[in-house]
Amino acid sequence: MTAITEPGRHRPGFLHVLRHWLGPRPTAQFALLFAAIGLFWWFGANTLETMARAGINPGFDFLNRSANFEIGETMIPYSSADPYSRAILVGLLNTIKVAILGCVLATVLGVSLGVARLSGNLLLSGLVRWYIEIIRNTPLLLQLFFWSALTKALPAPRQAISVGDNAFLSNRGIFVPGIIVDNASTAGWIALLVLTILAIATFVGLTRTANLTFWRGTGVIAALVIATALAFALTGATARFEIPALGGFNIRGGYNLSPEFAALLIGLTVKFSAAIAEIVRAGIQSVDRGQWEAARALGLHNGQIMRLIVLPQALRVITPLITTSYLDLTKDSSLAVAIGYPDLVNVINTTANTTGQALEALAILIGVYLALNLSVSAMMNQYNRRVALRGTVQR
Amino acid sequence: MTVPAVNLPPPKPQDWRHWRQGLFGTPLNTFITLATLAFLAWVVPPFVRWAILDATWIGTADDCKAATGACWAFVTAKFNFILYSFYPPALHWRPMIAVVLLLGLLVFTAQPRFWRKETLLLWIAVPVISWLLLAGTVIGPTVPSNQWGGLPITLLVAIVCFSLAIPLAMLLALARQSSMGGIRTMSVVYIEVMRGTPMVAILYIAMLILPMMLPGGQLIDKIGRAMILITLFWSAYVAEVIRAGLQAIPAGQYEAARALGLGYWRIMRLVILPQALRLVIPAMVNLAIGFLLATSLLAVIGVFDLLNAAKTAAVDPNWLGFYDESYLVAATIYFVICIIGSRYSLWLERYLRQPR
Amino acid sequence: MTTSFQQKAGFWRATAAAVFALTAAIAPISAHAGEDLDAIVARGVIKAGVGTQPGFFAPDSNGVWKGFFVDFGRALAVTVFNDPNKIEFTSSSPQQRLPALQAGEFDILLSGVTQTISRSFQLGFHFGPTVFYDGQGLLVRKDVGVTTGAELDGATIGVQSGTTGELNIADFFRKNGKTFTPVTIEDTNEFLAALESGRVDAITQDASDLGIKQTQLKNPEEYILLPERLSKEPLAPAIRHGDDRWLEIVNWTVWATIEAEELGITQANVDDFLTSEDPLIQRFLGTNTALGQAIGLDPKFAYNIVKAVGNYGEIFERNVGKDSVFKWERGYNSLWTDGGLLYAPAWR
Repeated sequence: MTAITEPGRHRPGFLHVLRHWLGPRPTAQFALLFAAIGLFWWFGANTLETMARAGINPGFDFLNRSANFEIGETMIPYSSADPYSRAILVGLLNTIKVAILGCVLATVLGVSLGVARLSGNLLLSGLVRWYIEIIRNTPLLLQLFFWSALTKALPAPRQAISVGDNAFLSNRGIFVPGIIVDNASTAGWIALLVLTILAIATFVGLTRTANLTFWRGTGVIAALVIATALAFALTGATARFEIPALGGFNIRGGYNLSPEFAALLIGLTVKFSAAIAEIVRAGIQSVDRGQWEAARALGLHNGQIMRLIVLPQALRVITPLITTSYLDLTKDSSLAVAIGYPDLVNVINTTANTTGQALEALAILIGVYLALNLSVSAMMNQYNRRVALRGTVQR
Repeated sequence: MTVPAVNLPPPKPQDWRHWRQGLFGTPLNTFITLATLAFLAWVVPPFVRWAILDATWIGTADDCKAATGACWAFVTAKFNFILYSFYPPALHWRPMIAVVLLLGLLVFTAQPRFWRKETLLLWIAVPVISWLLLAGTVIGPTVPSNQWGGLPITLLVAIVCFSLAIPLAMLLALARQSSMGGIRTMSVVYIEVMRGTPMVAILYIAMLILPMMLPGGQLIDKIGRAMILITLFWSAYVAEVIRAGLQAIPAGQYEAARALGLGYWRIMRLVILPQALRLVIPAMVNLAIGFLLATSLLAVIGVFDLLNAAKTAAVDPNWLGFYDESYLVAATIYFVICIIGSRYSLWLERYLRQPR
Repeated sequence: MTTSFQQKAGFWRATAAAVFALTAAIAPISAHAGEDLDAIVARGVIKAGVGTQPGFFAPDSNGVWKGFFVDFGRALAVTVFNDPNKIEFTSSSPQQRLPALQAGEFDILLSGVTQTISRSFQLGFHFGPTVFYDGQGLLVRKDVGVTTGAELDGATIGVQSGTTGELNIADFFRKNGKTFTPVTIEDTNEFLAALESGRVDAITQDASDLGIKQTQLKNPEEYILLPERLSKEPLAPAIRHGDDRWLEIVNWTVWATIEAEELGITQANVDDFLTSEDPLIQRFLGTNTALGQAIGLDPKFAYNIVKAVGNYGEIFERNVGKDSVFKWERGYNSLWTDGGLLYAPAWR
């Protein structure tokens, strides 16, 4: 077999591509680029000089030093003997935790509100409209202060409001019963991670081949739970069901949402649910009314029309807008610092304060947020390509 | 090519029938109405009891603590503080005039018949006069900027930073559309980095890094530094809105203008930008509303803007703990300004769509 | 849309020129930045960062700052300008005060900063003489029922962010092998509210601070300030590295108030000492030699300080001691001759 060279356009050389990309006036462009670099160079030099004058050694050595401060809530084991790098990781995980939960809850609430707004019921849609107007036209920080004041106004643990003696509302937080896993090893957690990914993959597969039914979905979840329980049991972990109860200084046992976390989560959810409700409404309304009528003529009922005809089209409008909302929510979770939730910004702030390495600490902060943002928008772009009309999104 | 459907307005039903249909049209609708009413019955009476029936209208903090309702006496006592923060009480007329001037500027500019070049002069004059009034440079005594606060600061920062961000944003948007790769890349990097960074981090840079970065940076006070960086930050957002406008202008316009022998800057100034900006004015108003709300983040770096003033009012040891009342006052002020703004934006959208 | 236009070049050239011009315009400022004292003199007023705590620093109903640390600020204004009012006080939260000093927003921090080696070495601060010797304490709700800090295992404790208290309490529990849940709070008043509402079991802070805070609680008798001290807290004025003259002015201003007390010179009787034959008093009041002149101070700066704000003892008693509502004992904050730690270097 002989290799056939495709006749056709001559592939342009690298220099040609570069020249084309650069366009006219390359010298001026380089001059401007160097001016910009020079400006930053000058800023950097000044900063270093100021730091030197203040006796601060620039660099990231401080990350390995012991942090010496405690953090109120942590997802991974942490003590004040751990280095700053771990403290920052704790803060980052707290940020991710509130951002993910916030996105999920805001979506659920926002979609419900958007649908409620479109329900033919005048009273309900009027009410939702007012809710949205009030939420959208007051600052998020003010709302956070409000929720924070509200959680602080809850009674002390001894006088906690109890819900059937199983859950408690107090100014130390919200306590709910939960499964506590003891002696979980790293292997157990990895198993959980792998199994979760498998389950998600199965879901995606079922959706794509249109084989997802209620029972199959439940089956996958049940399989996930059983497999996880087995994995934990095999790695020597024990699980127990705990109901919170008053003991010592505090209510102990079960899961605890700290008041700061609760205030932040409620605030972000409420604020962004209003934005998402409007997006959902705009998306659904963007689908021409004629489609409803046509589908009805085919004998489909309202639920089917919504699920099979309207939503797939509305999602094309909704996805890019909702991506922006998710990104904004992630960024706005940084307001945690104002209400005392130990998120990334809060930990970075304390780090800058105790080490004096403000420049480095802020560089880490901005780098992490950029990375978070880029990864969320990359994921959502991927999803957007899937829901978009074939051929409308350029790769 | 589809023929656009003729959008006839739906026949307007008689009012009562419209309402009956909307509330009790179907069994489901009736159920929703009843459920919503039950929800309202659950929420509204306690609020009314708190806000009106059990409220303390006049009196002292002790009177309020004895009562179970809202403490409007707190608002009476602290209203000036919430509006003007730590500004010396004897000189409150100065920030008051500044607020009137700044709001007046917005109302004036909102009317399309005043969209002329001369109005731009006002946008320079009014912020400068407000600044001088607050500082007391011309009419003494001078008041250092660490005592400024409340509503004037919120308005001043929002107005000054937004108006300065627009020209910067135009350059960024044009650069992002440029045929020159180097310029385009610089613009994209700038815009994406700014948009990927939380405003809190930007404010920390203003507070901590800027003084180190500029020799003599500490000579600029905290509000000034914050305003510099907020302007740079917002310009990235404004640039994206302007870019949307630029993209909506058909290519034929460029080509036609070029055929007339116009140069790049004249095409942009005379042909493209006027159309593009006109298209994005409603979006800009919405953006401005978001920015006004975002100025509340100044509280994080200890500037006493409206929100921080409201918070500080509630931690006054004499009136400790009346957060709800204080936040309600601040929320009302923000809400009134922003709802007027968003209604205006909707009106403007219709107004601009009218053929003329 | 990408189209090319010839006229772009002119613009970019202009932009580049503008950037360079801007750079050139800003650059000369660097020539006189850095010398803090020069900047202060040129400005005509000292900028001081303080906290908000009645007794130490708080504005009165007329907006005039009063308090123990404020008086040292006024003494400093007297040293530099011979006018106790040429100092501007700004309240700054513990979280923000150190970065603000570093950023040059203040010339001096008089907010009761604890002198520590890391603040000197890593943060680049110089400290003047300790003006108040303190130790960290724990203010606990009585109904929690503990008498020592070690019994607080598992408790929720309020700490003020940005203070050494945040670090000391972590050390304390680590040392004792106990755990606690910190709740970091920035605002002083919210700190108190957290204790009152039962959000926290205890709050920790400099004991003097806690003493003042206890009086502000609604029912002070429901709380107990545990007797143990978790740390040493020498509170001193803090400045940036870089201007030795400014540091010396801070040093000798504080020492002047201490020396005055040792010499028995008070605000009321300082004029009588002007005719004193004692060479030490003559040197101190600047009646025969001009010790401050070498760095450009008024030769009689110590006289001016005592005349304007009084000696250390007077400052203490007026703000937090027996002439105040707090009635604190002098304790460690007495002269070395009375068994305390206050000791001024030689006035020679």
